[in-house]
Amino acid sequence: MTDPTTYLSHLELGQPDNTFLDSNELIINMGPQHPATHGVLRVILKLDGEKVLGTECVIGYLHRGVEKIAEHRTYTMFNPYVDRMDYVAAVSNGLGYCQAVEKLLNVEAPPRANYIRVILTELNRIASHQLWLGTHALDIGAMTPLFYTFRDREEILKIFEKYCGARLTTHAFRIGGCQYETYEGFEQDVKNFIHTAPAKIDEYEELLTTNRIWVERTKNVGNISAADCKALGVTGPVLRASGVKWDIRKALPYANYSEFDFEIPIGQNGDTYDRYLVRMEEMRQSLRILHQAVERIPEGPIMAKVPKIMKPPVGEVYHSIEAPKGELGYFIVSDGSTQPYRVRVRPPSFVNLQALDIMVRGQLVADVIAVIGTLDIVLGEVDR
Amino acid sequence: MVTRLQRQYGSGIQEAKSYVSQNYLLLDSSITHEVLQILRDEEEFDYCVDLTAVHYPQREKQFDLVWILYSFARNERIRVKTMIADGQSFPTSVDIWVTANWLEREVFDMFGITFDGHPDLKRILLPDGWKGYPLRKDYGIIQQDQEWVKINLGIESGQ
Amino acid sequence: MLEYITSYLADKVKVTPGEAGNIFWVVVYILIVFGGVSVAVMAMNWLERKALAHFQIRLGPMRVGPHGLMQPIADAIKLMTKEDIVPDQADKFVFWLAPLIILCASFTVYIVIPFGPTHAITDLNIGILFMLGVSSLSVLGVVMAGWASNSHYPLIGSLRSSAQMISYEVAMGMAVVSAILMTSLNKSGTGTLSMIGIVQAQAAQQTWFLFKFFPLGFIAFGIFAIAMVAETNRAPFDLPEAESELTAGFHTEYSGLRWSLFMLGEYAAMIAVSSIAVTLWVGGWMRPFPNWLSGDTWDLVFSLIPGFSFLGLALIAFIGVARMPKHPYFRIQTIGLAGFGAVLGLIGLILFAPPVRDRIQDIFWFVAKVAVFMYLYIWYRATFPRYRFDQLMKVGWKVLLPVAIGVLILTAVAGVVF
Repeated sequence: MTDPTTYLSHLELGQPDNTFLDSNELIINMGPQHPATHGVLRVILKLDGEKVLGTECVIGYLHRGVEKIAEHRTYTMFNPYVDRMDYVAAVSNGLGYCQAVEKLLNVEAPPRANYIRVILTELNRIASHQLWLGTHALDIGAMTPLFYTFRDREEILKIFEKYCGARLTTHAFRIGGCQYETYEGFEQDVKNFIHTAPAKIDEYEELLTTNRIWVERTKNVGNISAADCKALGVTGPVLRASGVKWDIRKALPYANYSEFDFEIPIGQNGDTYDRYLVRMEEMRQSLRILHQAVERIPEGPIMAKVPKIMKPPVGEVYHSIEAPKGELGYFIVSDGSTQPYRVRVRPPSFVNLQALDIMVRGQLVADVIAVIGTLDIVLGEVDR
Repeated sequence: MVTRLQRQYGSGIQEAKSYVSQNYLLLDSSITHEVLQILRDEEEFDYCVDLTAVHYPQREKQFDLVWILYSFARNERIRVKTMIADGQSFPTSVDIWVTANWLEREVFDMFGITFDGHPDLKRILLPDGWKGYPLRKDYGIIQQDQEWVKINLGIESGQ
Repeated sequence: MLEYITSYLADKVKVTPGEAGNIFWVVVYILIVFGGVSVAVMAMNWLERKALAHFQIRLGPMRVGPHGLMQPIADAIKLMTKEDIVPDQADKFVFWLAPLIILCASFTVYIVIPFGPTHAITDLNIGILFMLGVSSLSVLGVVMAGWASNSHYPLIGSLRSSAQMISYEVAMGMAVVSAILMTSLNKSGTGTLSMIGIVQAQAAQQTWFLFKFFPLGFIAFGIFAIAMVAETNRAPFDLPEAESELTAGFHTEYSGLRWSLFMLGEYAAMIAVSSIAVTLWVGGWMRPFPNWLSGDTWDLVFSLIPGFSFLGLALIAFIGVARMPKHPYFRIQTIGLAGFGAVLGLIGLILFAPPVRDRIQDIFWFVAKVAVFMYLYIWYRATFPRYRFDQLMKVGWKVLLPVAIGVLILTAVAGVVF
């Protein structure tokens, strides 16, 4: 395999020492298989004792060529592929893609479809944050929140399964609206969930938020300033925890989010603890949106008039949504045929992962794992 | 804003239009780097959302480089496009937005467009020794670098 | 028959066998303690998996025996039949010796642990010093294990582990000293280091040292409780052996039986330090409330508790039997659980018999208190995240040690003043 020192060339490495006990600088490989890297991510660390001097991420282990595949499938055929990128929060991926193609086709999903989309997307956001919390806590050493969050996530996955038949890679939406009508008892299920979820979120908070060990492990770990975030293109809860109040749902609203009343939580310091608090609050705000949405679902059609064979006019469009991980964008170029000419997915995890280097400079090795967890990356999205 | 730019660069700006209410600029490749700098410094487009390329093999200038920029202050998104030929390299945008580091690496990896001045231009998603640029239109969908597969994985073919 | 044996024992052994110089009984006691600790370690293994699982809303082992009761046996058989991998470049002698040192250090501590006023293997008059000294030897075993593995991840892990252990020993020692100081506050004015003497001092002073000069005894106890968790490399101080960190711990290269020796040593050390804590602060073998609720009737009530507790366990087992699925596949498990419940009930009934009842009191209360500590260990593991290594060292040196010294000084002052 390639010598890891060639990777760290941009860090002015110099001659590597071969006997590790004598040298001050040590290059350690957190290999592709590692319990804490949330997928196949290779991180090469240059250490001085315990302090991290620089990192290099080697990605691409999960590269499946999704963008190339898109050029050989029709617009509807490509829809299921999109879920497989961020497989943890698959519904948002579908939403972004369907809305981008709808912009190209110049159709608008009917109001009822928009409400269903919002409900499923917000449920998806809560599920993604719950999984994030469980795995992040596990990396830091608290074993129990994992089981609690997975148990509560089951409720959401049950709703998905009843709605579209799949728990994880849901393929819930179609271009032009939703294919499936809500099942009998959908609103009741969502209302039950809204009723029980706040107590569960309180339970997670009780275990962690004021726990002295948790606070010590996460405060001032992985700090990133707002200016760095903007320069690096970092979005999502990471950006909001650094103090920038920006959420695509409020800034450039899509799918009738402007009708709902919710707040954007922000943090002050941009450290891991703030990101944790921001995501917990986001879960509560999602519950708020769900509450409003499920009260007001209008009747009506769920699918707009979309031709069976879709041939959008020649043009390009870029549409992005606020996925649980950040700004997920789709840049679609159409040449007038049934297959897209180019689909570019702008993955939030890919761009957020670039910030890893800045965030762990000067911190300890154990913090690298905490920071990878707090960035909330999904390798399926990083590599596509 | 477009009028300001047009006053300066007049002929360089080929198109400044809006499609499905998304604004975009099509520029000459020679002035693009400066315009991007101006967009960041003066027009406050401080967030480079995405940087990608599209391959049009029939055209003389085969590649379309696309920057998607966003301004927090103005809450506005803009697309900047330029056309470059096969083999032509382009000055890097890393000095303007740090995000462009990995984004340009991916464009290099998938299309083979080199960026001058990039600190660390090597393949990011594909293995280092891979030959070929997959997202070009002349690369087959199930094509693989058989030589790399044979050497590194020890199997005859990945198919 | 039982009367004869117990009266013979009572006559012959008015002191511990070690003091009496009676080799035969010493060997018998050693075997009993060794066997008891081994059984306790297996039970602890089962309890850890079940309790941890229940904390995490799942069931834990359910299949191997009824409710997983045979799981430790299955684990032991598995570990014994695994391939014994010794790294090629490893120092073979040191590699073989390291787990043995840890095991011996942990088990040697048991010779001074008092299960009752005469129920110890021996009663050295420097008992507590002996315990602290011998339990520190396990650090040597840890370093040897990391060194002999000839791989730098275990080496880093073992160095961290040993640094952690010796840091927390200092705080532990200070807390122990303040407890010893309290023993000197009895009427004769002299303190004692002997383990049995410490419990007798608590009896003489009519208070558990936990509550003496409240809150000083309590703080000293708290410091010892935290330091003992760090000593045994358990959560939340288990960074050196955690899997999701970079270095995988000093026992990475060990497999099969050797690894099980490490586990045995770790659990034995846990029980040993908990026993020290119980002896020093929580009153050793004394029953609860010896002073508030004193007198013959209360003695009788408390002496019935062991029997009732075993009957209670038997009841729980029978409830489990009633709830077993009524399927032919579960027949053996149901019978097994019923048998287990019957055995527990039988033990409970035996414990009601007066001669047994009086003799079993001390042992029962001691074991019950240590069991509470064991449960707390598991509870900590389920609840707390892990400390980062530098924070761990900071807590040990900058927080625990100054507080321990402060408590020591205040205890000395309080002892003089009051």
